[in-house]
Amino acid sequence: MGTVFEETRAPSMGQEEDNMAKVTLTVNGRTMSGECDDRTLLVHFIREKLGLTGTHVGCDTTQCGACVVHMDGRSVKSCSILAVQASGSTVTTIEGIAAQGELHPVQAAFNQHHGLQCGFCTPGMVMTAVDMIGRHGGALDEATVRHELEGNICRCTGYHNIVKAVLAANEEMHGAARQAAE
Amino acid sequence: MYATSYHRASSVGEAVNLRASHDEGRYVSGGMTLIATMKQRLAAPSDLIDLRHIADLRGISVEGRSVRIGAATPHADVAGSAALRTVCPALCHLAGLIGDPHVRNMGTIGGSVANNDPAADYPSAVLALNATVVTDRREIAADDFFLGMFDTALEEAEMITAFRFEAPEKAGYAKFPNPASRYAITGVFVAKTAGGARVAVTGAGSSGVFRVPEMEAALLSSWAPESVANVSVDPAQLMSDLHATAEYRANLVRVMAKRAVQASL
Ligand SMILES: Cc1cc2nc3c(=O)[nH]c(=O)nc-3n(C[C@H](O)[C@H](O)[C@H](O)COP(=O)(O)OP(=O)(O)OC[C@H]3O[C@@H](n4cnc5c(N)ncnc54)[C@H](O)[C@@H]3O)c2cc1C
Ligand code: FES
Ligand code: FES
Repeated sequence: MGTVFEETRAPSMGQEEDNMAKVTLTVNGRTMSGECDDRTLLVHFIREKLGLTGTHVGCDTTQCGACVVHMDGRSVKSCSILAVQASGSTVTTIEGIAAQGELHPVQAAFNQHHGLQCGFCTPGMVMTAVDMIGRHGGALDEATVRHELEGNICRCTGYHNIVKAVLAANEEMHGAARQAAE
Repeated sequence: MYATSYHRASSVGEAVNLRASHDEGRYVSGGMTLIATMKQRLAAPSDLIDLRHIADLRGISVEGRSVRIGAATPHADVAGSAALRTVCPALCHLAGLIGDPHVRNMGTIGGSVANNDPAADYPSAVLALNATVVTDRREIAADDFFLGMFDTALEEAEMITAFRFEAPEKAGYAKFPNPASRYAITGVFVAKTAGGARVAVTGAGSSGVFRVPEMEAALLSSWAPESVANVSVDPAQLMSDLHATAEYRANLVRVMAKRAVQASL
Protein backbone atom coordinates (compact mmCIF):
# COMPACT_ATOMS: atom_id res chain seq x y z
CA MET A 1 0.00 0.00 0.00
CA GLY A 2 1.62 3.19 -1.23
CA THR A 3 5.04 4.22 -0.10
CA VAL A 4 4.59 2.72 3.32
CA PHE A 5 5.56 -0.79 2.27
CA GLU A 6 7.99 -0.08 -0.56
CA GLU A 7 11.24 -0.82 1.26
CA THR A 8 12.92 -4.09 0.32
CA ARG A 9 12.44 -6.94 2.72
CA ALA A 10 15.16 -9.11 4.20
CA PRO A 11 14.56 -12.55 2.66
CA SER A 12 14.27 -14.54 5.87
CA MET A 13 11.87 -12.21 7.64
CA GLY A 14 8.10 -12.42 7.93
CA GLN A 15 5.87 -14.12 5.40
CA GLU A 16 6.90 -14.39 1.78
CA GLU A 17 3.46 -13.51 0.45
CA ASP A 18 0.93 -11.07 1.78
CA ASN A 19 -2.11 -12.75 3.21
CA MET A 20 -5.26 -10.96 2.05
CA ALA A 21 -8.23 -10.52 4.31
CA LYS A 22 -11.73 -9.18 4.07
CA VAL A 23 -12.36 -6.61 6.77
CA THR A 24 -15.86 -5.54 7.77
CA LEU A 25 -16.47 -2.63 10.10
CA THR A 26 -19.45 -0.57 11.15
CA VAL A 27 -18.07 2.91 10.59
CA ASN A 28 -20.08 5.94 11.70
CA GLY A 29 -23.22 3.82 11.63
CA ARG A 30 -22.69 2.21 8.21
CA THR A 31 -21.42 -1.28 7.51
CA MET A 32 -18.36 -1.09 5.28
CA SER A 33 -16.10 -3.83 3.90
CA GLY A 34 -12.85 -3.92 2.05
CA GLU A 35 -9.97 -6.21 1.16
CA CYS A 36 -6.51 -5.54 2.53
CA ASP A 37 -3.24 -7.22 3.50
CA ASP A 38 -3.14 -8.68 6.99
CA ARG A 39 -0.43 -6.14 7.83
CA THR A 40 -2.56 -3.11 6.87
CA LEU A 41 -3.01 -0.73 9.78
CA LEU A 42 -6.53 0.32 10.74
CA VAL A 43 -5.69 3.97 10.07
CA HIS A 44 -4.58 3.19 6.50
CA PHE A 45 -7.70 1.08 5.93
CA ILE A 46 -9.89 3.96 7.12
CA ARG A 47 -8.07 6.57 5.06
CA GLU A 48 -7.22 4.68 1.89
CA LYS A 49 -9.89 1.98 1.56
CA LEU A 50 -12.83 3.83 3.09
CA GLY A 51 -11.73 7.28 1.93
CA LEU A 52 -12.24 8.85 5.35
CA THR A 53 -9.17 11.06 5.55
CA GLY A 54 -10.09 13.02 8.68
CA THR A 55 -8.12 10.54 10.81
CA HIS A 56 -4.43 11.49 10.62
CA VAL A 57 -1.04 9.85 11.03
CA GLY A 58 1.44 12.04 12.88
CA CYS A 59 4.15 9.69 14.11
CA ASP A 60 5.44 6.14 13.86
CA THR A 61 5.93 5.58 17.59
CA THR A 62 2.30 5.38 18.86
CA GLN A 63 2.76 8.64 20.75
CA CYS A 64 1.04 11.55 18.99
CA GLY A 65 -2.65 10.60 19.02
CA ALA A 66 -3.51 12.19 15.63
CA CYS A 67 -4.99 8.81 14.68
CA VAL A 68 -7.42 8.40 17.61
CA VAL A 69 -10.79 6.86 16.74
CA HIS A 70 -13.35 5.09 18.93
CA MET A 71 -13.52 1.31 18.59
CA ASP A 72 -16.44 -0.38 20.33
CA GLY A 73 -16.87 2.77 22.37
CA ARG A 74 -13.26 3.20 23.52
CA SER A 75 -10.65 5.63 22.25
CA VAL A 76 -7.76 3.84 20.52
CA LYS A 77 -4.74 4.68 18.38
CA SER A 78 -5.69 3.37 14.94
CA CYS A 79 -2.06 3.49 13.80
CA SER A 80 -1.17 0.63 16.12
CA ILE A 81 -4.02 -1.78 15.43
CA LEU A 82 -4.23 -3.94 12.32
CA ALA A 83 -7.42 -3.61 10.30
CA VAL A 84 -7.89 -7.39 10.69
CA GLN A 85 -7.69 -7.05 14.49
CA ALA A 86 -10.50 -4.49 14.33
CA SER A 87 -12.69 -6.45 11.89
CA GLY A 88 -16.22 -6.91 13.23
CA SER A 89 -16.05 -3.89 15.50
CA THR A 90 -17.90 -0.60 15.53
CA VAL A 91 -15.72 2.40 14.75
CA THR A 92 -16.45 6.11 15.05
CA THR A 93 -14.17 8.57 13.29
CA ILE A 94 -14.07 12.37 13.33
CA GLU A 95 -16.45 12.33 10.33
CA GLY A 96 -19.09 10.59 12.43
CA ILE A 97 -19.66 12.84 15.42
CA ALA A 98 -21.53 15.83 13.96
CA ALA A 99 -25.26 15.13 13.93
CA GLN A 100 -27.14 16.29 10.81
CA GLY A 101 -24.57 18.85 9.74
CA GLU A 102 -24.49 20.46 13.16
CA LEU A 103 -21.07 20.56 14.86
CA HIS A 104 -20.64 18.31 17.90
CA PRO A 105 -20.34 20.46 21.08
CA VAL A 106 -16.63 19.53 21.27
CA GLN A 107 -16.05 20.68 17.68
CA ALA A 108 -17.97 23.89 18.36
CA ALA A 109 -15.89 24.54 21.49
CA PHE A 110 -12.59 24.01 19.62
CA ASN A 111 -13.81 26.52 17.06
CA GLN A 112 -14.97 29.07 19.62
CA HIS A 113 -11.90 28.82 21.89
CA HIS A 114 -9.30 28.63 19.11
CA GLY A 115 -8.31 25.12 20.18
CA LEU A 116 -6.38 24.64 16.94
CA GLN A 117 -3.90 26.36 14.69
CA CYS A 118 -2.67 24.12 11.85
CA GLY A 119 -5.37 21.57 12.70
CA PHE A 120 -3.26 18.45 12.20
CA CYS A 121 -3.74 17.14 15.75
CA THR A 122 -7.37 18.28 15.93
CA PRO A 123 -9.24 15.13 14.82
CA GLY A 124 -7.39 13.10 17.47
CA MET A 125 -7.82 15.81 20.08
CA VAL A 126 -11.56 16.03 19.44
CA MET A 127 -12.06 12.24 19.53
CA THR A 128 -10.02 12.09 22.75
CA ALA A 129 -12.07 14.90 24.29
CA VAL A 130 -15.39 13.26 23.36
CA ASP A 131 -14.23 10.03 25.04
CA MET A 132 -12.85 11.87 28.08
CA ILE A 133 -16.02 13.89 28.67
CA GLY A 134 -18.16 10.78 28.28
CA ARG A 135 -16.08 8.75 30.72
CA HIS A 136 -15.92 11.34 33.48
CA GLY A 137 -19.65 12.08 33.43
CA GLY A 138 -19.17 15.82 33.96
CA ALA A 139 -16.57 15.65 36.73
CA LEU A 140 -13.68 17.18 34.80
CA ASP A 141 -11.19 19.73 36.04
CA GLU A 142 -8.18 21.31 34.37
CA ALA A 143 -5.64 18.97 35.95
CA THR A 144 -7.58 15.90 34.80
CA VAL A 145 -7.89 17.23 31.26
CA ARG A 146 -4.16 17.93 31.07
CA HIS A 147 -3.33 14.49 32.47
CA GLU A 148 -5.69 12.75 30.05
CA LEU A 149 -4.19 14.54 27.04
CA GLU A 150 -1.00 12.58 27.74
CA GLY A 151 -1.38 10.57 24.52
CA ASN A 152 -2.01 13.53 22.19
CA ILE A 153 0.68 15.89 20.95
CA CYS A 154 0.05 19.37 19.57
CA ARG A 155 2.97 21.25 18.06
CA CYS A 156 1.10 24.57 17.66
CA THR A 157 -1.22 25.68 20.42
CA GLY A 158 0.73 25.10 23.62
CA TYR A 159 -2.40 23.22 24.80
CA HIS A 160 -3.99 26.12 26.75
CA ASN A 161 -6.82 26.67 24.29
CA ILE A 162 -7.34 22.94 23.82
CA VAL A 163 -7.81 22.56 27.58
CA LYS A 164 -10.18 25.55 27.60
CA ALA A 165 -12.19 24.06 24.73
CA VAL A 166 -12.50 20.66 26.44
CA LEU A 167 -13.65 22.25 29.70
CA ALA A 168 -16.14 24.47 27.86
CA ALA A 169 -17.55 21.51 25.94
CA ASN A 170 -17.81 19.55 29.19
CA GLU A 171 -19.76 22.41 30.73
CA GLU A 172 -21.99 22.62 27.65
CA MET A 173 -22.70 18.87 27.68
CA HIS A 174 -23.00 18.30 31.43
CA GLY A 175 -23.60 21.72 32.97
CA ALA A 176 -27.32 21.70 32.18
CA ALA A 177 -27.77 18.25 33.69
CA ARG A 178 -25.84 19.31 36.80
CA GLN A 179 -27.94 22.44 37.27
CA ALA A 180 -31.13 20.41 36.95
CA ALA A 181 -29.89 18.04 39.66
CA GLU A 182 -29.00 20.83 42.09
CA MET B 1 6.04 -3.64 8.49
CA TYR B 2 6.90 -7.05 7.07
CA ALA B 3 4.08 -9.25 5.81
CA THR B 4 2.37 -11.48 8.36
CA SER B 5 -0.61 -13.83 8.60
CA TYR B 6 -3.33 -13.09 11.11
CA HIS B 7 -5.32 -15.69 13.06
CA ARG B 8 -8.14 -14.90 15.47
CA ALA B 9 -8.40 -17.53 18.19
CA SER B 10 -11.63 -18.10 20.09
CA SER B 11 -10.26 -20.35 22.83
CA VAL B 12 -7.02 -20.85 24.75
CA GLY B 13 -6.60 -24.34 23.27
CA GLU B 14 -7.02 -23.11 19.72
CA ALA B 15 -4.54 -20.27 20.29
CA VAL B 16 -1.88 -22.55 21.77
CA ASN B 17 -2.25 -25.02 18.89
CA LEU B 18 -1.95 -22.25 16.33
CA ARG B 19 1.09 -20.82 18.05
CA ALA B 20 2.73 -24.24 18.39
CA SER B 21 2.32 -24.91 14.67
CA HIS B 22 4.06 -21.65 13.65
CA ASP B 23 7.66 -21.50 14.85
CA GLU B 24 8.05 -17.85 13.92
CA GLY B 25 4.59 -16.86 15.13
CA ARG B 26 3.71 -14.67 18.11
CA TYR B 27 0.67 -14.07 20.29
CA VAL B 28 -0.77 -10.59 19.99
CA SER B 29 -2.87 -9.28 22.84
CA GLY B 30 -3.27 -5.48 22.94
CA GLY B 31 -0.51 -5.02 20.36
CA MET B 32 0.68 -1.84 22.09
CA THR B 33 4.19 -3.25 22.22
CA LEU B 34 4.17 -5.84 19.43
CA ILE B 35 2.43 -3.92 16.61
CA ALA B 36 4.45 -0.83 17.51
CA THR B 37 7.65 -2.92 17.27
CA MET B 38 6.55 -4.52 13.98
CA LYS B 39 5.97 -1.05 12.53
CA GLN B 40 9.63 -0.30 13.26
CA ARG B 41 10.61 -3.60 11.60
CA LEU B 42 12.22 -4.67 14.85
CA ALA B 43 9.94 -7.72 14.98
CA ALA B 44 8.75 -9.81 12.05
CA PRO B 45 6.52 -12.66 13.22
CA SER B 46 5.31 -14.86 10.35
CA ASP B 47 1.96 -15.30 12.08
CA LEU B 48 -0.02 -13.39 14.67
CA ILE B 49 -2.39 -15.25 16.96
CA ASP B 50 -4.88 -12.74 18.37
CA LEU B 51 -5.94 -13.34 21.99
CA ARG B 52 -8.24 -10.34 22.34
CA HIS B 53 -11.39 -12.25 21.39
CA ILE B 54 -10.98 -15.12 23.86
CA ALA B 55 -13.64 -14.36 26.46
CA ASP B 56 -12.02 -16.54 29.18
CA LEU B 57 -8.89 -14.36 29.13
CA ARG B 58 -10.67 -11.13 30.05
CA GLY B 59 -12.01 -9.88 33.33
CA ILE B 60 -11.33 -9.47 37.04
CA SER B 61 -12.85 -11.54 39.82
CA VAL B 62 -12.53 -10.85 43.54
CA GLU B 63 -13.75 -13.47 46.02
CA GLY B 64 -13.06 -12.49 49.60
CA ARG B 65 -9.37 -11.53 49.44
CA SER B 66 -8.57 -13.73 46.42
CA VAL B 67 -8.05 -11.84 43.19
CA ARG B 68 -7.88 -13.26 39.66
CA ILE B 69 -7.13 -11.08 36.63
CA GLY B 70 -7.39 -12.54 33.12
CA ALA B 71 -4.28 -12.06 30.98
CA ALA B 72 -6.10 -10.14 28.22
CA THR B 73 -7.67 -7.63 30.61
CA PRO B 74 -6.82 -4.12 29.39
CA HIS B 75 -5.05 -1.65 31.69
CA ALA B 76 -8.15 0.61 31.63
CA ASP B 77 -10.30 -2.19 33.11
CA VAL B 78 -7.80 -2.83 35.92
CA ALA B 79 -7.61 0.91 36.63
CA GLY B 80 -11.40 1.20 36.72
CA SER B 81 -12.38 -1.99 38.57
CA ALA B 82 -14.51 -1.14 41.60
CA ALA B 83 -14.12 -4.68 43.00
CA LEU B 84 -10.33 -4.54 42.79
CA ARG B 85 -10.25 -1.05 44.24
CA THR B 86 -11.86 -2.26 47.48
CA VAL B 87 -9.12 -4.86 48.12
CA CYS B 88 -6.02 -3.56 46.30
CA PRO B 89 -6.32 0.08 45.18
CA ALA B 90 -2.55 0.29 44.58
CA LEU B 91 -2.89 -1.97 41.53
CA CYS B 92 -5.68 0.21 40.08
CA HIS B 93 -3.45 3.23 40.65
CA LEU B 94 -0.53 1.56 38.87
CA ALA B 95 -2.66 0.59 35.85
CA GLY B 96 -3.95 4.17 35.56
CA LEU B 97 -0.38 5.48 35.31
CA ILE B 98 0.52 3.37 32.25
CA GLY B 99 1.01 5.34 29.02
CA ASP B 100 -2.11 7.25 28.03
CA PRO B 101 -5.88 6.55 27.87
CA HIS B 102 -5.69 5.05 24.37
CA VAL B 103 -2.79 2.75 25.25
CA ARG B 104 -4.67 1.69 28.40
CA ASN B 105 -7.74 0.79 26.33
CA MET B 106 -5.77 -1.74 24.24
CA GLY B 107 -2.69 -2.82 26.22
CA THR B 108 -3.14 -5.80 28.55
CA ILE B 109 -1.58 -7.06 31.78
CA GLY B 110 -0.62 -10.39 30.18
CA GLY B 111 1.17 -8.71 27.29
CA SER B 112 3.02 -6.41 29.63
CA VAL B 113 4.20 -9.17 31.97
CA ALA B 114 5.10 -11.58 29.13
CA ASN B 115 7.14 -8.83 27.51
CA ASN B 116 8.92 -7.98 30.81
CA ASP B 117 10.24 -4.63 29.62
CA PRO B 118 12.71 -3.45 32.30
CA ALA B 119 10.77 -0.14 32.54
CA ALA B 120 7.23 -1.60 32.56
CA ASP B 121 5.01 -1.03 35.60
CA TYR B 122 3.21 -4.36 36.07
CA PRO B 123 6.23 -6.60 36.73
CA SER B 124 6.86 -4.73 40.01
CA ALA B 125 3.28 -5.38 41.18
CA VAL B 126 3.31 -9.05 40.19
CA LEU B 127 6.57 -9.57 42.10
CA ALA B 128 5.65 -7.51 45.18
CA LEU B 129 2.18 -9.06 45.46
CA ASN B 130 3.76 -12.52 45.25
CA ALA B 131 1.29 -13.29 42.48
CA THR B 132 0.99 -16.62 40.73
CA VAL B 133 1.35 -16.50 36.95
CA VAL B 134 -1.13 -19.00 35.53
CA THR B 135 -0.33 -20.35 32.05
CA ASP B 136 -1.98 -22.80 29.68
CA ARG B 137 0.15 -25.60 31.21
CA ARG B 138 1.27 -24.72 34.76
CA GLU B 139 1.48 -22.16 37.55
CA ILE B 140 4.63 -20.11 38.09
CA ALA B 141 5.45 -18.19 41.28
CA ALA B 142 6.40 -14.56 40.66
CA ASP B 143 9.82 -15.16 42.26
CA ASP B 144 10.57 -17.74 39.54
CA PHE B 145 9.02 -15.87 36.62
CA PHE B 146 11.19 -12.84 35.84
CA LEU B 147 14.60 -13.96 34.57
CA GLY B 148 16.09 -10.72 33.23
CA MET B 149 15.45 -7.93 30.74
CA PHE B 150 12.69 -9.06 28.35
CA ASP B 151 13.28 -12.59 29.65
CA THR B 152 10.80 -14.77 31.54
CA ALA B 153 10.26 -18.40 32.53
CA LEU B 154 7.73 -18.81 29.69
CA GLU B 155 8.54 -21.68 27.33
CA GLU B 156 8.11 -21.59 23.56
CA ALA B 157 4.36 -21.14 22.79
CA GLU B 158 3.44 -21.01 26.50
CA MET B 159 0.59 -18.57 27.13
CA ILE B 160 -0.21 -16.61 30.27
CA THR B 161 -3.92 -17.03 30.98
CA ALA B 162 -4.30 -15.23 34.32
CA PHE B 163 -2.72 -13.80 37.47
CA ARG B 164 -3.81 -14.80 40.97
CA PHE B 165 -2.94 -13.27 44.32
CA GLU B 166 -4.22 -12.76 47.85
CA ALA B 167 -4.99 -9.09 48.43
CA PRO B 168 -2.26 -7.61 50.66
CA GLU B 169 -2.94 -5.98 54.00
CA LYS B 170 -1.37 -2.80 52.62
CA ALA B 171 0.19 -1.85 49.29
CA GLY B 172 1.43 1.22 47.45
CA TYR B 173 3.06 2.15 44.16
CA ALA B 174 5.09 5.22 43.27
CA LYS B 175 6.83 5.89 39.99
CA PHE B 176 9.09 8.53 38.57
CA PRO B 177 7.94 8.47 34.94
CA ASN B 178 9.90 9.28 31.87
CA PRO B 179 8.21 12.56 30.92
CA ALA B 180 7.86 11.55 27.25
CA SER B 181 6.89 7.87 27.32
CA ARG B 182 5.50 7.53 30.90
CA TYR B 183 7.48 4.30 31.31
CA ALA B 184 9.15 4.07 34.72
CA ILE B 185 12.60 5.59 35.12
CA THR B 186 12.13 4.05 38.54
CA GLY B 187 8.97 2.58 40.06
CA VAL B 188 8.59 0.87 43.44
CA PHE B 189 5.72 -1.36 44.55
CA VAL B 190 5.52 -2.22 48.26
CA ALA B 191 3.16 -4.80 49.74
CA LYS B 192 2.49 -6.08 53.25
CA THR B 193 1.50 -9.67 52.47
CA ALA B 194 0.73 -12.71 54.61
CA GLY B 195 4.27 -13.89 53.85
CA GLY B 196 5.90 -10.64 54.98
CA ALA B 197 6.86 -7.30 53.49
CA ARG B 198 7.79 -7.27 49.79
CA VAL B 199 9.45 -4.44 47.86
CA ALA B 200 9.88 -4.69 44.08
CA VAL B 201 11.66 -2.16 41.87
CA THR B 202 11.14 -1.63 38.14
CA GLY B 203 12.83 0.73 35.68
CA ALA B 204 16.13 0.77 37.55
CA GLY B 205 17.69 -2.69 37.51
CA SER B 206 20.20 -3.70 34.85
CA SER B 207 18.55 -7.12 34.69
CA GLY B 208 14.94 -6.07 35.08
CA VAL B 209 12.62 -6.03 38.08
CA PHE B 210 14.18 -6.94 41.46
CA ARG B 211 13.38 -7.14 45.19
CA VAL B 212 15.17 -5.20 47.93
CA PRO B 213 15.60 -7.53 50.96
CA GLU B 214 17.06 -4.77 53.21
CA MET B 215 13.96 -2.64 52.72
CA GLU B 216 11.71 -5.64 53.29
CA ALA B 217 13.44 -6.39 56.59
CA ALA B 218 13.15 -2.76 57.68
CA LEU B 219 9.45 -2.67 56.80
CA LEU B 220 8.83 -5.93 58.62
CA SER B 221 9.92 -4.35 61.89
CA SER B 222 8.11 -1.08 61.20
CA TRP B 223 5.79 -0.33 58.28
CA ALA B 224 6.56 3.37 57.89
CA PRO B 225 8.14 5.61 55.22
CA GLU B 226 11.08 6.36 57.57
CA SER B 227 11.99 2.67 57.61
CA VAL B 228 13.10 2.71 53.98
CA ALA B 229 14.38 6.29 53.89
CA ASN B 230 17.92 5.32 54.82
CA VAL B 231 18.29 2.00 53.07
CA SER B 232 20.58 2.48 50.09
CA VAL B 233 20.77 0.35 46.96
CA ASP B 234 24.10 -0.37 45.27
CA PRO B 235 24.27 1.56 41.95
CA ALA B 236 26.48 -1.21 40.53
CA GLN B 237 23.38 -3.32 39.81
CA LEU B 238 21.44 -0.42 38.26
CA MET B 239 21.03 0.92 34.72
CA SER B 240 22.68 4.05 33.37
CA ASP B 241 21.27 5.64 30.24
CA LEU B 242 20.51 9.06 28.76
CA HIS B 243 17.55 9.44 31.12
CA ALA B 244 19.35 8.85 34.41
CA THR B 245 22.65 7.61 35.83
CA ALA B 246 22.81 4.55 38.07
CA GLU B 247 23.55 6.80 41.09
CA TYR B 248 20.50 8.92 40.35
CA ARG B 249 18.35 5.80 40.00
CA ALA B 250 19.70 4.49 43.32
CA ASN B 251 18.45 7.67 44.95
CA LEU B 252 15.11 7.35 43.14
CA VAL B 253 14.65 3.83 44.51
CA ARG B 254 14.80 5.23 48.06
CA VAL B 255 12.54 8.18 47.31
CA MET B 256 9.95 6.12 45.41
CA ALA B 257 9.98 3.43 48.12
CA LYS B 258 9.29 6.09 50.73
CA ARG B 259 6.41 7.51 48.66
CA ALA B 260 5.01 4.06 47.98
CA VAL B 261 4.90 3.24 51.71
CA GLN B 262 3.36 6.64 52.39
CA ALA B 263 0.70 5.94 49.74
CA SER B 264 -0.11 2.58 51.36
CA LEU B 265 -1.06 4.11 54.70
C1 LIG C 1 2.90 5.30 23.88
C2 LIG C 1 3.06 4.11 24.82
C3 LIG C 1 3.31 4.34 26.16
C4 LIG C 1 3.46 3.27 27.04
N1 LIG C 1 3.71 3.53 28.35
C5 LIG C 1 3.85 2.51 29.22
C6 LIG C 1 4.09 2.75 30.60
O1 LIG C 1 4.11 3.88 31.07
N2 LIG C 1 4.25 1.68 31.42
C7 LIG C 1 4.18 0.39 30.95
O2 LIG C 1 4.33 -0.55 31.73
N3 LIG C 1 3.94 0.12 29.65
C8 LIG C 1 3.78 1.15 28.77
N4 LIG C 1 3.52 0.87 27.46
C9 LIG C 1 3.41 -0.54 27.02
C10 LIG C 1 1.98 -1.05 27.19
O3 LIG C 1 1.67 -1.16 28.56
C11 LIG C 1 1.76 -2.40 26.50
O4 LIG C 1 0.38 -2.56 26.45
C12 LIG C 1 2.29 -3.63 27.17
O5 LIG C 1 3.66 -3.55 27.43
C13 LIG C 1 2.11 -4.87 26.30
O6 LIG C 1 0.80 -5.34 26.40
P1 LIG C 1 -0.01 -5.73 25.11
O7 LIG C 1 -1.25 -6.38 25.56
O8 LIG C 1 -0.17 -4.52 24.26
O9 LIG C 1 0.94 -6.82 24.45
P2 LIG C 1 1.35 -7.13 22.94
O10 LIG C 1 2.00 -5.96 22.33
O11 LIG C 1 0.17 -7.70 22.23
O12 LIG C 1 2.40 -8.31 23.20
C14 LIG C 1 3.65 -8.07 23.83
C15 LIG C 1 4.45 -9.38 23.88
O13 LIG C 1 3.86 -10.30 24.78
C16 LIG C 1 3.46 -11.50 24.14
N5 LIG C 1 2.18 -11.86 24.74
C17 LIG C 1 1.04 -11.11 24.75
N6 LIG C 1 0.09 -11.70 25.49
C18 LIG C 1 0.61 -12.87 25.94
C19 LIG C 1 0.11 -13.92 26.77
N7 LIG C 1 -1.13 -13.91 27.27
N8 LIG C 1 0.94 -14.98 27.04
C20 LIG C 1 2.21 -15.01 26.54
N9 LIG C 1 2.73 -14.04 25.77
C21 LIG C 1 1.94 -12.98 25.47
C22 LIG C 1 3.41 -11.17 22.67
O14 LIG C 1 3.68 -12.30 21.87
C23 LIG C 1 4.50 -10.12 22.55
O15 LIG C 1 5.74 -10.74 22.44
C24 LIG C 1 3.36 1.93 26.56
C25 LIG C 1 3.08 1.70 25.20
C26 LIG C 1 2.94 2.78 24.33
C27 LIG C 1 2.65 2.50 22.89
S1 FES D 1 -0.16 8.32 14.40
FE1 FES D 1 -1.05 7.12 15.93
S2 FES D 1 -0.10 7.83 17.71
FE2 FES D 1 0.88 9.00 16.15
S1 FES E 1 -2.95 22.64 15.92
FE1 FES E 1 -1.12 22.19 14.85
S2 FES E 1 -0.48 20.37 15.84
FE2 FES E 1 -2.13 20.98 17.06
